[in-house]
Amino acid sequence: MTTTATTGKTRQRKGDLIFSGATRIAGLTILLALAGVAIFLTLEGLPALEAGPEKLQGADSIVAYIGPLLFGTLLASAIALLIATPLAVGVALVISHYAPRRVSKSLGYAIDLLAAVPSVVYGLWGIGFLGPQLVPVYEWLEQNVGWLPFFAGPASSTGKTILTAGIVLAIMALPIITAISREIFAQTPTLHQEAALALGATRWEMVRLAVFPYARSGIVSAVMLGLGRALGETMAVAMVLSASGIVTFNLISSDNPSTIAANIALMFPEATGLGVNALIATGLVLFVVTFAVNFTARAIVARTEKGNR
Amino acid sequence: MTEVRPPKITPRAPEDRPGRAAGTDEDLRRHIPLTHARLPRWAPALVAVLAGAASGLLALSLGWGLVAWAVVGIVLFAVALPAWSRVVENSRAAKDRLVTVLVWAAFGLALVPLVSLVWQVVSQGLPAINAEFLTYSMRNVVGEGGGIYHAIMGTLLITLMAAVISVPVGLLTAIYLVEYGQRSTMARTITFLVDVMTGIPSIVAGLFAYALFVLFFGEGVRMGLGGAVALSLLMIPVVVRSCEEMFKLVPHELREAAYALGVPKWRTIVKIVLPTAMAGIITGVTLAVARVIGETAPLLIIAGFTDSLNFNLFAERMTTLPVFIYYSYTQPGVPPEYGIERAWGAALVLIVIVMALNLLARVLGKVFAPKSGR
Repeated sequence: MTTTATTGKTRQRKGDLIFSGATRIAGLTILLALAGVAIFLTLEGLPALEAGPEKLQGADSIVAYIGPLLFGTLLASAIALLIATPLAVGVALVISHYAPRRVSKSLGYAIDLLAAVPSVVYGLWGIGFLGPQLVPVYEWLEQNVGWLPFFAGPASSTGKTILTAGIVLAIMALPIITAISREIFAQTPTLHQEAALALGATRWEMVRLAVFPYARSGIVSAVMLGLGRALGETMAVAMVLSASGIVTFNLISSDNPSTIAANIALMFPEATGLGVNALIATGLVLFVVTFAVNFTARAIVARTEKGNR
Repeated sequence: MTEVRPPKITPRAPEDRPGRAAGTDEDLRRHIPLTHARLPRWAPALVAVLAGAASGLLALSLGWGLVAWAVVGIVLFAVALPAWSRVVENSRAAKDRLVTVLVWAAFGLALVPLVSLVWQVVSQGLPAINAEFLTYSMRNVVGEGGGIYHAIMGTLLITLMAAVISVPVGLLTAIYLVEYGQRSTMARTITFLVDVMTGIPSIVAGLFAYALFVLFFGEGVRMGLGGAVALSLLMIPVVVRSCEEMFKLVPHELREAAYALGVPKWRTIVKIVLPTAMAGIITGVTLAVARVIGETAPLLIIAGFTDSLNFNLFAERMTTLPVFIYYSYTQPGVPPEYGIERAWGAALVLIVIVMALNLLARVLGKVFAPKSGR
């Protein structure tokens, strides 16, 4: 009796040990993969420190090579966020507070569809449809507000400008900002909202006084996650942008700064030797930047969640 | 989500109230209205019609397009309605109406690209679709003809391989997080890093796969397996998140009932927790596949591009649909119109696949959902 009991117990323990060990290994694999990304990119990127101008498209050193690319990446993302943030907050408000409840779910689904469209299709749409449509707008901007450095021109005749790329990126960043903002808006305590309304606030005043203060950090982290998406987006920019690797704030000309991701996609298939290492080094920089942005955003979300619990 | 709306104010004349001795108080109250004037319910509709008509007149007389008509109409509406409200109601109500117009306009604006994109892809892609397009590869094709069979097969094989790698890892990790790790430091670190991982740029995943495979196969390596590894790096976090959410939904009573019967923990998980959560897991995995099937950048780097059919994941270049779209459009060959037409056709096929997967995920979730109410 006792012996069967003990053997049963040990058998159980063995099965449990194997199973829990397997799950633990799977978890470790993820940590290893993440560490692997950093390690392998560093390993393959380091040799680029010795790369000469012929492998760096004319730049003197790897730092001079990455600088303009990083500038282009940040510029395109900044344009994208300037456009996407107000829109996304508006859309999230419609879904969480303004739309009739019966339709708000399908409205949310429609916005989620924007996220489901593959990036290469956005690129195709941007270059094949949006760009040509924007040419008259750019010409108008050049003629009427050309005194602003952003619209100095000469206006691109193909629409392949960094502003077009920024607009496409804004469309791609919009769903993620909307998704997180609307979750947070919907979590606003009902009592706060009803209290505001009971004091005679209009709906907008209720949103401003009860919803926004509650959701502020959530919106910040949502925008940062959108930034992460815009920073790393490759194909749409690679297809839409006509890049020449210069540093300029001129948004509508056909000479544009390139972005890190787009530059890798364009150069990698033809790159050899140290050129590959240089591209991997730029990829490492991109990884570090997006990791930092996402890390901060998630840390804010985590802190907020803890505070609300 | 509870809905909160402003209460409807029903006007109530002071005369309705049961009579009270008239006094100074009552006189005073008569002069302070308890309600303020409000625009009639049909006011926004009326203003919308007027704004549309006015803008239409302008558009007709000046020869504007549809876009200008819509923009001017919305601007007119956004000015006129708050102005009227300001006259009749008050400035606060006017502001409220203005914001309502603005948020709906933002929503409409967000839908414009979606509608335009779907319309463009369908109208430009549909002429390219025929039997040859779906069953031929591009081998030895110059100019007209050829198809995307090799790209469809490449996409299916690489995505399938990515799923084969990510589903076990993701599923087991989720089990660890929910059933074993609970609040341990390692579990919390993994949860946090998985969230951060969802934001890894796809091109970085491609570079990682390349940097890894270069160590084994030497410089210039291109193979389908590398693409699968890169995709699984993007897919694992999605799988972990959705499985984790599903396991958390499984009622504790089920686990406790199994323990009470003397079932070992691992058998409880395999026989009780997994089947209960199966619907959600299938939905989550399908959505994860839908997410990575459209990825381009990593496959461009590690899987490469070829005109021929390749069924072997472990050697040689392998074309996938997104990469095919990219090359067909940017390097369409001579004459260019055939390559561009193929790009739109392939884009249509890709969008249909992605949308079908999204739809399938929802249907599967409904079909496999546990019958008992949650």
